[in-house]
Amino acid sequence: MFLDRLISFFTSIRLTVVCLALGLVLVFWGTLAQVDLGLYKAQNEFFRSFFVYWAPKGAPWKIPVFPAGYLVGGVLVINLLASHYKRFSFSRDKAGIWMVHFGIILLLLGQLMTDVLSRETTLHLREGEAKNYSESERETELAIADVTDPDADNVIAIPQRVLMGSKVIHRRELPFTILVKSFLANSQVENHEPGATLPPAATQDIGARATVRGLPRVTEMDRRDVPSAVVELTTPRGSLGTWLVSEFVDRPQSFTLGDRVYELALRPRRYYTPFSVQLLKFRHDVYPGTDIPKNFSSRVLLQRPETGEKREVLIYMNNPLRYAGETFYQASFDPDNQGTVLQVVRNPGWLTPYLSCVLVGFGLIVQFVTHLLGFTFNRKTA
Amino acid sequence: MKWLWKILPWFFLALFGAEIVAVMLPKADGKFHVREFGSLPVLLNGRIQPFDSVARNSLLQIRSTGDVPLEEVPSWKFWHHPQKLKATEWLLEVMTRPETADTRPVFLIHYSDLLGELKLQDKGVQKSGLRYYTYNDLKPLLPEIFEQGRKAGEGKSEKQTTFQKQVAKLANAVTLYQRLKVTLQPEGVNGFAGELAGFQKNLGAAQAAAQASETGKDFDKEAVRKVAEPLRDFQFMAQYGYPMVVPPLQPGLVRERWQNAGASLLDSLRAGQVHPAMVCFAAMADAYRQENPDGFNRAVSDYKAWLMPGFGRELRKGGAEFYYNNVKAFLHATIIYLCAFVLACGAILTFALAPNLSESLRRSAFYLVILAGLVHTFGLVFRMVLEGRPPVTNLYSSAIFIGWGTMVLGLIIERMYRVGIGSLVASFAGFITLLIAHNLALGGDTMEMLRAVLDTNFWLATHVVVITFGYAATFFAGLLAILYIFLGVFTPMLGRNLAPAEAVTSGSGALSVPASGIEGQKPAINIGKALSKMVYGVVCFATLFSFVGTVLGGIWADQSWGRFWGWDPKENGALLIVLWNAIILHARWGGLVRDRGLMNLAVFGNIVTSFSWFGVNMLGIGLHSYGFMDAAFKWLMVFIGSQLFVIALGFLPIGLWKSFSAPPTAPAGVGDDAPTTVSATP
Repeated sequence: MFLDRLISFFTSIRLTVVCLALGLVLVFWGTLAQVDLGLYKAQNEFFRSFFVYWAPKGAPWKIPVFPAGYLVGGVLVINLLASHYKRFSFSRDKAGIWMVHFGIILLLLGQLMTDVLSRETTLHLREGEAKNYSESERETELAIADVTDPDADNVIAIPQRVLMGSKVIHRRELPFTILVKSFLANSQVENHEPGATLPPAATQDIGARATVRGLPRVTEMDRRDVPSAVVELTTPRGSLGTWLVSEFVDRPQSFTLGDRVYELALRPRRYYTPFSVQLLKFRHDVYPGTDIPKNFSSRVLLQRPETGEKREVLIYMNNPLRYAGETFYQASFDPDNQGTVLQVVRNPGWLTPYLSCVLVGFGLIVQFVTHLLGFTFNRKTA
Repeated sequence: MKWLWKILPWFFLALFGAEIVAVMLPKADGKFHVREFGSLPVLLNGRIQPFDSVARNSLLQIRSTGDVPLEEVPSWKFWHHPQKLKATEWLLEVMTRPETADTRPVFLIHYSDLLGELKLQDKGVQKSGLRYYTYNDLKPLLPEIFEQGRKAGEGKSEKQTTFQKQVAKLANAVTLYQRLKVTLQPEGVNGFAGELAGFQKNLGAAQAAAQASETGKDFDKEAVRKVAEPLRDFQFMAQYGYPMVVPPLQPGLVRERWQNAGASLLDSLRAGQVHPAMVCFAAMADAYRQENPDGFNRAVSDYKAWLMPGFGRELRKGGAEFYYNNVKAFLHATIIYLCAFVLACGAILTFALAPNLSESLRRSAFYLVILAGLVHTFGLVFRMVLEGRPPVTNLYSSAIFIGWGTMVLGLIIERMYRVGIGSLVASFAGFITLLIAHNLALGGDTMEMLRAVLDTNFWLATHVVVITFGYAATFFAGLLAILYIFLGVFTPMLGRNLAPAEAVTSGSGALSVPASGIEGQKPAINIGKALSKMVYGVVCFATLFSFVGTVLGGIWADQSWGRFWGWDPKENGALLIVLWNAIILHARWGGLVRDRGLMNLAVFGNIVTSFSWFGVNMLGIGLHSYGFMDAAFKWLMVFIGSQLFVIALGFLPIGLWKSFSAPPTAPAGVGDDAPTTVSATP
């Protein structure tokens, strides 16, 4: 009895209409919300979650007020699958509908896969420079490098998640413990002027001459947070002092412990690749007599030591390089036109929209053409 | 009487057809060969265009019109064509007779706070409630205008106040005007051709002197002085000259390296010779200033003869664009659409009262929509060829294309159901979209070059065209629905039966009278049902095009930015249309709505589409945004309000609908009681 009602609920076309309508409101609301929240935050709150929450300013609690992307999309997929299981026979005149609906399921699942599995990073290269890693746009990491050996650094990277979550961090490879005194997702670092109200941020190195204060996280797409942290390093014999680490500080801070030399830096999180990309030449073409950009292109050298692969590739607008599961897009450039910024995307689901577009487009054509031909034919004979 | 009804449609077609032919025929030039001059190619905004386009687009930015009226004509004297300066004539005047040009009221300032700030309320010329000012009026205020304009330009454009925007616009207009003045010669120079000849003569001596000075020998100081004087003027021209009028000397090497006049003259110092193009331009400027038509015409044809071998392509492009500018295809299409709309309204209103008249008007409207459609298509295709691009490249061309799409759909519908509905909607949509396009064109050049990411004909031809057609189809369904609601509430039309299709199709001359249920024939379908089927069919196509278009857009984004879907406002706008069309179809299939519900949903589709088309651009964020438009925002709100009003009408109880409360003319099956005959799912 209950099961019957459940089934009829999930197979009802009313549910489809309700889901689509909720989706419509959600998309509209989520678009308007971008004005205040920024694209990234609005995306997370409205589309990459189960509920849209509401909370009064500064309150520690929040209540769900509207179904968000995952919930609406999820129910829609269940609704589609259930309806097809229950109501649609697999016949020729339903072929169009089948194609359309499975195209849409594929699209939704593909996007879910993209949300969960894809990773966007950036690769900034000056002309001549080569890198075998790309950097995260939004995540930072605390890199502790043992640079005693002039030939090889030994780097331990502690991701932002850990820095934010734990107060005490032990690593077997390190002879000291890291105490995170504070972590600021966005911050401003300034010189410590005599008579300043804020005390110096830390006791060692730059931190002794600088102050730091937290800022609200940025919402604009074209700006990024400047995270900072104050860490204390302790050994069983006592504290080594506190350090201010920040993405604002562009050089690592070094210290000596026993006979080892270490470097500390907060830097954008790095993702290493088994190949390297070297920028040979960046070009910024404009239309004659104007500064309207016509094209941006980066000629890069791709090298993979393990396979001996070595080739030149031209990456330009609307023409990315797809290699080893990653795709490199021309994203930005340095003001002096001698450096490029490539967006590096790893998205295992990138092909699903292509398939889905073909399926749905073809399905709709089949459905409407057979159907509308009947409709005009009926009219002619009416 | 009958012959009159037969002839009327042909009369309308002939009338407007003759006008179009007259417009399209090549025109003769006057005393000065201004048209020939207006076709000459220059390089501006990264593209080759004729002087005429430079003039027209500058004038649009300065005066918001394409020409300068010279006399006041009261608006009720519509038959009297006022004397006016054509765009190219105005440009020639600015370039060669600045003293006269400075007395023309061309600067439009309509923001009252700005007028107050500049204390201009009592000056200037008023025309149709708008105030125009001459350059001489503004001259004493220039420092203030530039200072305010500079301040306004400092902030982000989304955060500018209306005052700041207006003052920045005025500062730009004045700068543009000043730059145009030094396009061909230094401002207000008499006898520039002679001066340039002298300069040319002294060049050799000056070069020798310069070489001598470099090697430390004694040099001819007088020769250097003679050349140095004009150089100051040339430097100014090089810095401010607006269009690049001088083509490169070696077209085979660097075809695109055009220069403005000043830069070219400065270069002649190095080359030891004045560029031949500059010699011609100086002769033209001089002759036009001295009111010497023969000299002017000779210089223009000399220059054309010089251009022909190396720059034939540019010359043809200039000529073609000049022709395009002057035919004003979209303006004429707008007028014909308007007439067709009036005729189609007449046809529908007289449908029952005077069937013969109605059929005659319907035919007239249909023919005119076809004619307007041809003119519209001509303009659209001409533009595509000029640009070398698919039809939609910016907001302006999207308006033109949406109008074109609805026109095509309307003609198809009119062919299927011959009651004037298709013509009515096609002409209305054509008129409105071309009007919108006209207003969008006031910003200046509508054929601007496409920024890097958009510079791809493949995606412009697929994604953009498909999605714009989706917009057009959604609007078309919405307009049909509005018609349904109006006809239903205010007239008894919806209940009337359509003539059986055969009766109208067969027998070309037979103007059949729609009759209800002729014996022996299958029962005719009433207009309400027919409209419902049309809306349903159009929504189906709208779904197809908007879905495929949206996904193609995602794929393009995947190709250029590395993500299929980024919840960018423009993407969301497109998704809203897809969702809305899907809602309409599912609500219909599920039996949640019948005819009237379908119509209300379709009208709401207009709101969704207008938000997607214009609204998202007003959010001022996202990769797709083209800029904030406050005037357009007001109109968008008016539009949304009107649509909500129509929906409210649609919700009136059925008893208040004239079509359904009157004694039924159809046997059965009117309105919500009718079973849905169209259904794709069980």
